[in-house]
Amino acid sequence: MEFGPHLMLAVLEGAVTAAVLSLTAVGLSLVFGVMRVVNVAHGEFFMLGAVLAWWIAGAFGGHAALGFLAALVVAPLAVGAMAVLADIVILKRIGYDPERTIVATIGLLYILQQVTLMSYGPEARPVAAPFNTRLALPWVEWGEAGPALYWPWGLSITSYKLAVIGAAVAVLVGVWAVMTRTRIGLVMRATQLDRDMALAFGIPVERVYALVFGFGAALAALAAVLIVPISQAHYLMGGDPLLLSFIVVIIGGLGSLPGTVVAALLIGLSDGVISVFFSPTLAKILATLLVALVLVFRPQGLFGARAA
Amino acid sequence: MSRAHPVALHLGFLAVLFALGFVLPDYHHGNLARVMVLATYAIGYNLAFGYAGLLSLGHAMFFAAGMYGMGLAIRLFGADPALAMLAGLVAGLVLSLVVGALALRTAGVAFMIVTLMFAQAVYLTILLAGEWTRGDEGFVIQAAERVVLGVDLTGAMARYFAALGVFAVGLLAALRLVTHPFGKALVAIRENEERTRMLGYDTQRLKLGALAVSGTLSALAGAAYGLLFGYAGASFAGVQYSILPLLWVLLGGAGTAIGPFVGTLFMFYLIDLASGVTTAYMLIAGVVLVLLTLFAPQGIVGGARRLFPGWFP
Repeated sequence: MEFGPHLMLAVLEGAVTAAVLSLTAVGLSLVFGVMRVVNVAHGEFFMLGAVLAWWIAGAFGGHAALGFLAALVVAPLAVGAMAVLADIVILKRIGYDPERTIVATIGLLYILQQVTLMSYGPEARPVAAPFNTRLALPWVEWGEAGPALYWPWGLSITSYKLAVIGAAVAVLVGVWAVMTRTRIGLVMRATQLDRDMALAFGIPVERVYALVFGFGAALAALAAVLIVPISQAHYLMGGDPLLLSFIVVIIGGLGSLPGTVVAALLIGLSDGVISVFFSPTLAKILATLLVALVLVFRPQGLFGARAA
Repeated sequence: MSRAHPVALHLGFLAVLFALGFVLPDYHHGNLARVMVLATYAIGYNLAFGYAGLLSLGHAMFFAAGMYGMGLAIRLFGADPALAMLAGLVAGLVLSLVVGALALRTAGVAFMIVTLMFAQAVYLTILLAGEWTRGDEGFVIQAAERVVLGVDLTGAMARYFAALGVFAVGLLAALRLVTHPFGKALVAIRENEERTRMLGYDTQRLKLGALAVSGTLSALAGAAYGLLFGYAGASFAGVQYSILPLLWVLLGGAGTAIGPFVGTLFMFYLIDLASGVTTAYMLIAGVVLVLLTLFAPQGIVGGARRLFPGWFP
């Protein structure tokens, strides 16, 4: 393949990564923004989403789309409920102290991961995509008779991958609408701006916290259900999304939703392009160091306006 | 209760460990040697976390710096093991100074994430340099290369007492430091950094000093672990080895000199028992972490300190 089509393929793969990453990172960012705590177990909620999707899809007979659709609805709800429970049982009792929350969620990370290992096992398992047509893509070539379309061999994408991108955009618009257009979003934003004032106005802050924690986890689970037909469900799959979400949330400015989405696009696309053309390990090292330095020298993030 | 004698208590403790070296059965003899080296790592971690209040999630990079500084000096340059140990210590010191200079510009949650990221970069670098480090697989340090100053460290007895020596250095250094004005100033920073600065302390330099000592002690433990057990591998630089010292210190009691050892010993045997039952032994670590944050943020020795004030600095 020539450079042009190759780059287009890399961008398309990157867009799928970016779509899934933005959902996961928005979940993390929401929790950080409203509750001011870092949820280290976020990657495990992602993993649980994928594992539950495999389980639910297997429980349904018939057409693959039926099981997948059920997973798409049930898995995020179940994971969200689990997160709400974790919030009530653990985080609420330590008063959302930032440092103790990190230690507790590290513990939660190991609990979720290892219980999955014990019940689901160490295998990576696939989930069938509801539809999976391969679409060949054209590329423009300037020949002697002016520009002409042709279909280079290997330049293609599946309909499912396009649907993932579409679904992610739809969900992000939905999150934006909830945050800016509904009463519950208003309550969340009020809690984020000033917790004590919100409490004084009669907002049940602790219930809002539990809800936000569950909502954030549900977004991660939803992202995982979307990606699981492309990759596979595995008990260690939570590590990479966690690290990448961290990177995205920091670059985008801790707690800023639009910044998070822009950063997810940036990181997802560059991840796709870099790992096609360069060594993925080197790319990861550079990205990690870059993020650490951003946090050191610009703690408000690249897009954040005020100090975190 | 009569006057407290913390130094006598800790020396007595070392004497008990010395005596145990002659009487323990083989299996526990080997385990205790391992625990003592890992406890040195935990002591190093505790200096930053327990005393100065610097919650780092990346100390594995210092442990690995010591291990690989030592291991690569032997593997690539055929260095004498004693010199290689020194190379490991220097690697840990330099890395902790560089990381400290950058990471200490942040605080709290940002500090945790920055240290986590730096450690991840070190881990990935070890994988990337697979030609020399052999990545995940790691490399064995040959028995012939593990003779330090005429002592063959492959024997069980020599290994036990070498581990005890490393642990004694760590414990006594920590005890000396924290009863010294330097240690008191660190505790002051942990309790209220603003006020400490107001009192005229250069808190930034003190924290850098704490991180440097902490990193160097961690590197000492890493180098000793590699030399005593004859292996260096990338898994020692992974996230898990950054989390473990935090767990040991929290369990034993943060901000106590002996707590890291108690926590390491307890956790080592807990995981040892659990791994006999299931492969998912890290589940125990997770449950203990959650229970600790919920019910016992002071740890075991932290509780003992409340009963016997003055004995556990």
